[in-house]
Amino acid sequence: MAATGDAVLEVRDLVKYFPLTEGAIFRRQVGVIKAVDGISFDLRRGETLGIVGESGCGKSTLAKLLMGLERPTGGSVRVCGREIAGARGADLKRVRPTVREIADVKGADLKRVRRNIQMVMQDPYTSLNPRMTVGDIVGEPYEIHPDAAPKGDRRRRVQALLELVGLNPDDVNRYPHQFSGGQRQRIGIARGLALQPQILVCDEPVSALDVSIQAQVINLLARLQRELGLAYVFIAHDLSVVRHISDRVGVMYLGKMVELGRDAEIYSQPAHPYTQALLSAAPVPDPDGRERRERIVLQGDPPSPADPPSGCRFRTRCWKAQDICAQQEPLLQLRPGTWHESACHFAQVHDVMPSF
Amino acid sequence: MNQSTPPIPAWGIPDPVRGVTGTEPLLAVDDLHVEFATRRGTVKAVNGVSYALNPGETLAVLGESGSGKSVTAQAIMGILDAPQARIPRGRIRFRGTDLLRLKEDARAQVRGRRIAMVFQDALSALNPVFTVGSQIAEMFRVHQGTSRRDAEARAVELMDRVRIPGARQRLHDYPHQFSGGMRQRIMIAMAIALDPEVLIADEPTTALDVTVQAQIMELLAEVQRDSGMGMILITHDLGVVADVADKIVVMYGGRIVENALVHDVYRTPAHPYTKGLLKSIPRVDRKGRELYAISGTPPNLLDMPPGCAFAPRCPYRQDNCTTEAPPLYRIGPTRGSACHYWREVLDGSHG
Repeated sequence: MAATGDAVLEVRDLVKYFPLTEGAIFRRQVGVIKAVDGISFDLRRGETLGIVGESGCGKSTLAKLLMGLERPTGGSVRVCGREIAGARGADLKRVRPTVREIADVKGADLKRVRRNIQMVMQDPYTSLNPRMTVGDIVGEPYEIHPDAAPKGDRRRRVQALLELVGLNPDDVNRYPHQFSGGQRQRIGIARGLALQPQILVCDEPVSALDVSIQAQVINLLARLQRELGLAYVFIAHDLSVVRHISDRVGVMYLGKMVELGRDAEIYSQPAHPYTQALLSAAPVPDPDGRERRERIVLQGDPPSPADPPSGCRFRTRCWKAQDICAQQEPLLQLRPGTWHESACHFAQVHDVMPSF
Repeated sequence: MNQSTPPIPAWGIPDPVRGVTGTEPLLAVDDLHVEFATRRGTVKAVNGVSYALNPGETLAVLGESGSGKSVTAQAIMGILDAPQARIPRGRIRFRGTDLLRLKEDARAQVRGRRIAMVFQDALSALNPVFTVGSQIAEMFRVHQGTSRRDAEARAVELMDRVRIPGARQRLHDYPHQFSGGMRQRIMIAMAIALDPEVLIADEPTTALDVTVQAQIMELLAEVQRDSGMGMILITHDLGVVADVADKIVVMYGGRIVENALVHDVYRTPAHPYTKGLLKSIPRVDRKGRELYAISGTPPNLLDMPPGCAFAPRCPYRQDNCTTEAPPLYRIGPTRGSACHYWREVLDGSHG
């Protein structure tokens, strides 16, 4: 882990529970969905942290928490040393009575912090307003943060941004429907860069694009990182894309981080059974030796986050599960024989990924 | 699991080639053209596509959105949107009979019973207001006139076969009560209910997670092993293709640009588009370096470039590419490439 002074993003024990209610008139809470349940990590300047996991594991909720779009139930997110999201005192006490109170951040403070953390959305077809021109879309952050750029300078800045992401600066007066999916995603990226943030949260930035276009957008993100020193939180389900762009990778399962380490450690020395199953199930674009590939096919679906299993959340689908897994929750920590953190009582390095 | 295919086709037309195995494929698409009338003009979605499928074989149709891969499948099933869609030319021969010349009631005898389809989005393909049990049982009731009780019993059998836990209890559940993977299993159960000879799977795992995708592909492979049906797998995922396909058809802009056995395509692609797609996959030894990216964007079907549709994006382009559309050259006993310069592509002399 990096020294604190080096980190642009510090996430500590982040928790988000959504209430599960019943009844139309007299709503009463009957339970909670534990979407994100105790996640901690640091992100350094210029670094890319890949987050992989399947639907329902909480990775998109994590993105919203990082942006301050959802208020966490517990824990904290610090952007460049400033708090973006702290739980309100009362919420916090209900969940974890012992945690100290964290100041409530909103309004002007939140706005100031958000200048350093921006987001690129998954679907470029629905995340751009069809009634706004490209210039208005990319320049909208300046309306919200008028001090970021003087009024007379905005048009020039917008054009520079379009050029930076590989679009024609003369396109400012065109509308989103006049662009292809890949170009729209570039518009979304330009908007994310308008405030010159240090951190870009990318939630599945290429999964809605055609295969032949994905590489263009990945190259663009890599180039912007080199040129601008951006740090990325790169959330995706495509394991080979994540490996290509990430310095470190975190694997999520049912609201928990089950394994976190350098990309090479996660991909060639996975220690958590879930990571091993995930890697072995990913289709490999090479038919040679497909009959001999080791494949761990998990049974069943992930359990509901409203009622997660006791102890280790993966134990209901795990072939290594023993009594201790139901009784004691394995923490994310260094385990014997591994050089990175994993959350399994029986963590053991096992190479499952063919080296394509 | 239920009765085998009748020796005479169900629609009563004698089948001259039946029994002469090896001469006639199970399903053959021949020079198929499909057009759609739109307000902005005629869209030629499929332009002369031909492929063949044999029993027990898995044919992957690979392409991006707008390549015509799904439209071809809908033409085989006979579920194109009328009246906008038109098939001006082509034949679809199923065991020697041209499906396009059949009357609708004869076609309905084939659809669902002998050629079945699994759709991408199980939630919108299943009817939300009927229980899954009744939707599976409907296959038997409509096609075979089975009684309600027998049909329900067979629905339970099928749900067991596609490994839906607690099938008997879940018979009366509605689609929204199932997870995405379970819904896709229900779709597969409906598709294999009548032991089809051809199964068309249109992006069957695109909406699913990796671990669930592995379960579904394993299930499809198992069903295919047991029944010997032919499968057409429509996908954009080069990984899925490499895992399961015997042979591949690569589509671009409504045409086939390359067809080959699966190993040949991945070892030595013979069309610049296929080659570009394979090169753009992130690989471990290229980490940290720039990915190869095919420049430009897929063609607009309303405004197709003259000559080769891929020419504007192609690193092998020569002058004649923008004027002469390349035919699908036969470049080996089992493969073809629609590129004037396929020799250079195979040699890897540039690009």
